[in-house]
Amino acid sequence: MLNSRIARAGAWMVKELSRRKSISNYRAGYTQRINGQYLHPPWSSTRLGLGGMFQKPQYLSTVATNNTSEEGSEQKTISVTFVDKDGEEKQINVPIGMSMLEAAHENDIELEGACEGSLACSTCHVIVMDVEQYNKLEDPTDEENDMLDLAFGLTETSRLGCQVIAKPELDGIRLAIPAATRNFAVDGHVPKPH
Amino acid sequence: MAIFQARTWLCRSFSTLSSKPLHVCVVGSGPAGFYTAEKMLKEHQEAQVDIIDRLPTPFGLVRSGVAPDHPDTKIVINQFSRVAQHERCSLFGNVTLGSSVSLSELRELYHVVVLAYGAESDRSLGISGENLKGIHSAREFVWWYNGHPDARNFNPDLKSTDTAVILGQGNVALDVARILLRPITELAMTDISNHALAALEESSIRKVYLVGRRGPAQAACTAKELREVLGIHNLDIKIQETDLLLTPADEEELKYSRIQRRVYELLSKAATSKPAHAGLNQRELHFVFFRKPDSFQESKDRIGYVSSVRFEKTVLQGVGPRKQAAVGTGQFEDTICGLVLKSIGYRSIPVHGLPFDNQRGIVPNNKGRVLSDASGNPTLFEEGLYVCGWLKRGPTGIIATNLYCAEETVSSISEDLNKGVLVSPSSTLPKQGGEDLRQLLHDRNVKTVSFSDWEKIDSEEKRRGSTINKPREKLATWEELLKTASG
Repeated sequence: MLNSRIARAGAWMVKELSRRKSISNYRAGYTQRINGQYLHPPWSSTRLGLGGMFQKPQYLSTVATNNTSEEGSEQKTISVTFVDKDGEEKQINVPIGMSMLEAAHENDIELEGACEGSLACSTCHVIVMDVEQYNKLEDPTDEENDMLDLAFGLTETSRLGCQVIAKPELDGIRLAIPAATRNFAVDGHVPKPH
Repeated sequence: MAIFQARTWLCRSFSTLSSKPLHVCVVGSGPAGFYTAEKMLKEHQEAQVDIIDRLPTPFGLVRSGVAPDHPDTKIVINQFSRVAQHERCSLFGNVTLGSSVSLSELRELYHVVVLAYGAESDRSLGISGENLKGIHSAREFVWWYNGHPDARNFNPDLKSTDTAVILGQGNVALDVARILLRPITELAMTDISNHALAALEESSIRKVYLVGRRGPAQAACTAKELREVLGIHNLDIKIQETDLLLTPADEEELKYSRIQRRVYELLSKAATSKPAHAGLNQRELHFVFFRKPDSFQESKDRIGYVSSVRFEKTVLQGVGPRKQAAVGTGQFEDTICGLVLKSIGYRSIPVHGLPFDNQRGIVPNNKGRVLSDASGNPTLFEEGLYVCGWLKRGPTGIIATNLYCAEETVSSISEDLNKGVLVSPSSTLPKQGGEDLRQLLHDRNVKTVSFSDWEKIDSEEKRRGSTINKPREKLATWEELLKTASG
């Protein structure tokens, strides 16, 4: 138990560090110019969603990749299934330590992430479909709860995708992406300005 | 084999020719506009989306509304920039609907026009003394500290008084209170405009009242914003404990609203906690409940200036299931102050030829389709004309609300396209969209600002910011913005 706590805290720290790094990387990317050309564009251009050519945010990976793994051991992943708005399922393998938001984006799953995981929006709202899996997660912080207040179609097992970090116990977790339009029309919840 | 290849080639070129572009114009480049553009581009491979904005800068309230000390909320600009850089998307900044180009002209040039230009005016109280000097809308104040070019000369007087009254308790009200009360050294590291920073540095405001007509169970702010304002360094928080008493009707309301429950809990905790320096700080924030503004009094020493607000005490009355309204009790009290900021809601402004519901301040619509008649027939639509964002549903909600709002409007557009409503074969002239708009604006001598022109402004602002340890220093005049864009 203690071990997993430490592991989780470690993952969080790596995540925090990399988040800051990725933000500063973005800023640097935008301001450093040579001959009017931007040095490293902050985005790679990968196909996203339904064939629209949008450039994707490039998250710095929070885990070591296979070839840099020191012990030469294989990278640990867990199985995660996303159920999209239309009920379609997609199963992916997510490395331990990676957030569900990053995992979704790496696998072309349409999960919004307006604030890129900085806990300033509620757009990566996911519903953990199994209560037992939900209970394995640490309780949301005040900051996450503040954002969940504003999520559409909030349920008892709602979380922000950016705050759910892959760990071995979560293997097999199923996450539903709420059907936004339906919630918007039916629920009539009117959050207040930003 | 050769024939087969030729045939596929022929087929392919035929199919390119036959998929005529769908010309879409989105008016307004805030969250509602950009989410609409993004969804149109994703769902319609043949869509060419032009976004026009009256400012030389995109992103609407993400730039001029979101508080400078909320940089994380502005990260969504990255996503909007990727949309703007899409090969089928163009930005036309510095183009004003109604003067640069009329609505009927846009509708002639484009198959689809989506109005997402928000709410650039304010609701008014309609009470006596409202025009006295020292009374402003919170919107102007926010534009001013966020470097909006139309508020460059706003210059509120922060030196003649130590007390400000903010009417309203929503997030905008809390933003404004925070900017007035936060230590200047903390603000100096944000992208707050230098002219505002300088004025705040010399500000003599020490006491701020946040006044609401209803109680702490009905406060319109969110927990995040409240937590922030309660956590400001060296600030005394004053809340009357008797205001926190809940009636059964309040409890019923709280039971059904997680957000109101959490806001109420934060307020109760703040009212009863006694921090170490309580009572010794130089600055005070008072949450005042159950007060409705009755009139403004004119100063006897400074003619034309406000000297106090007269409030009428209120009680709550049930007006529907879990809904209570404030009604006056006939008891009055005056609060002396030299600055009043009204944070009681934004208001949209109609343009010529646009159906408008004056009572609700929105464009009458059915799931984003503009209705021809504000009051009458709900089935008579303005063909090819849609709304999204505040113009569609009124000035409430967070950035993400526009995501769902745009989804609804775009699915209405898609339905109409499938029904063949929008691209009628009978039209005599083919629509050319952006090509013709460019020509029309050129003929009228309107200098448009493209997304790459905006990038020049963006990097100049960041360059200026980096010299003074800020993420950016906004160009806050029309002249500078246009000069930098064309440079």
